Amino acid sequence: MAATQEEIVAGLAEIVNEIAGIPTEDVQLDKSFTDDLDVDSLSMVEVVVAAEERFDVKIPDDDVKNLKTVGDAAEYILKHQA
Amino acid sequence: MSSTNRTVVVTGIGATTPLGGDAASTWEGLVAGKSGVRLLEHEWAAEQAVRIAAEIAVEPSEVIPRPQARRLDRSAQFALIAAKEAWADAGFTDKAGEDPAVDPDRLGAVIASGIGGVTTLLDQYDVLKEKGVRRVSPHTVPMLMPNGPSANVGLAVGARAGVHTPVSACASGAEAIGYAIEMIRTGRADVVVAGGTEAAIHPLPIAAFGNMMAMSKNNDDPQGASRPYDVDRDGFVLGEGAGVLVLESAEHAAKRGARVYAEAVGQGISADGHDIVQPEPEGRGISHALQNLLDNTDLDPAEIVHVNAHATSTPAGDVAELKALRKVFGDDADHMAVSATKSMTGHLLGGAGGVESVATVLALYNRIAPPTINVRELDPEAEASADIVRGEARKLPVEGRIAALNDSFGFGGHNVVLAFRTI
Repeated sequence: MAATQEEIVAGLAEIVNEIAGIPTEDVQLDKSFTDDLDVDSLSMVEVVVAAEERFDVKIPDDDVKNLKTVGDAAEYILKHQA
Repeated sequence: MSSTNRTVVVTGIGATTPLGGDAASTWEGLVAGKSGVRLLEHEWAAEQAVRIAAEIAVEPSEVIPRPQARRLDRSAQFALIAAKEAWADAGFTDKAGEDPAVDPDRLGAVIASGIGGVTTLLDQYDVLKEKGVRRVSPHTVPMLMPNGPSANVGLAVGARAGVHTPVSACASGAEAIGYAIEMIRTGRADVVVAGGTEAAIHPLPIAAFGNMMAMSKNNDDPQGASRPYDVDRDGFVLGEGAGVLVLESAEHAAKRGARVYAEAVGQGISADGHDIVQPEPEGRGISHALQNLLDNTDLDPAEIVHVNAHATSTPAGDVAELKALRKVFGDDADHMAVSATKSMTGHLLGGAGGVESVATVLALYNRIAPPTINVRELDPEAEASADIVRGEARKLPVEGRIAALNDSFGFGGHNVVLAFRTI
């Protein structure tokens, strides 16, 4: 069953908390992974892999660079989830 | 910085070892003659011939926040914990530059390990096999590279004069400290954070060392298994952890009013040129290193009252080292209290030179030689060559300038001797 946007943001919040130690409540749609959430380029790869697994979606490397904010990622996952 | 023969001193110490999570608790354990060796409780240990090791007393997960820890190999975690302790102990309040007492361009880091990020490499290989390519951590390379601990310590303290990682198996930690002494002596840096770290308690290294017949298989008596100089010694016990010193030019330390533990007099280095793993039985290579130490420094053998020996509890190595001490120092060896602290910490491989330098510096500072435990029947060859501190710690001379050596030797025939003395 496909996840809602709200569920996706909650899931991303848990992932970012696990990887970067950022409190889940700080992970909001408008937040930039690199500028606001302490997710550097290597950690972004971890976030993507964890999100792929959690939401059963494929995020090719070429698309990752377009995922600047939590909102970008949530929208991408919403559109592409199986 | 024209001076090329500056005096180097130790102004900070840090450690995390099987005896304690810092230098003070490690020292307390050493003086008390405590063993850090335990039966391994990991599931994988059941099928091993060697089921004992000296695991860290305080898990790094209790000290380092999880997001930071998951991108550091265990060996880098140990190094960072010990380095931060040493840095604060030296009186620095922030990283170089932010603390104006040290210029980042004049600060170095030299942290070594014998094996590098071996648990990361092997764990990620398991991930590759079990979960596939995509799941291999993007942090794997900076975690497994042998210079990872040095690079991470360098970043933590803000070192820009140079960050180095000499690798010489079990002599690595001592070689790192020797390299750091040279950086300061020759004017390349004013302050260097230096030491050794190792985290190799994993089924593969244990199986490999076990199959070399290098390790004790005395699983029935873990605390009695590491027994340098005892007639029944049957190999080393693997330990893990890190020991780090803050080394500084005497001038720089005086200018900022730092507490000085000891002078780092210098080093003697040689290679056996004998065998890839077997020590040269007469200790010729070790003698050569000791002679180099005397030739290259103003160390007076009459002042040497203590030796923290390499002594890993292997049948051949322990005695070769003592023969070399006797050969080079002659009657002066009579007043050298020889301690094998690996009887308590196990053998930390590349971490050994770091932890044992911390122990050597504290032995001078406190004027106490820690004991060699588990010597039930002293090997007659050891007895004939040296004065072994057995069973209980021993007081060193309370007055006058005294000096001590820390020996470290590694597979490959690497010999490193470091000398420290009171100021």
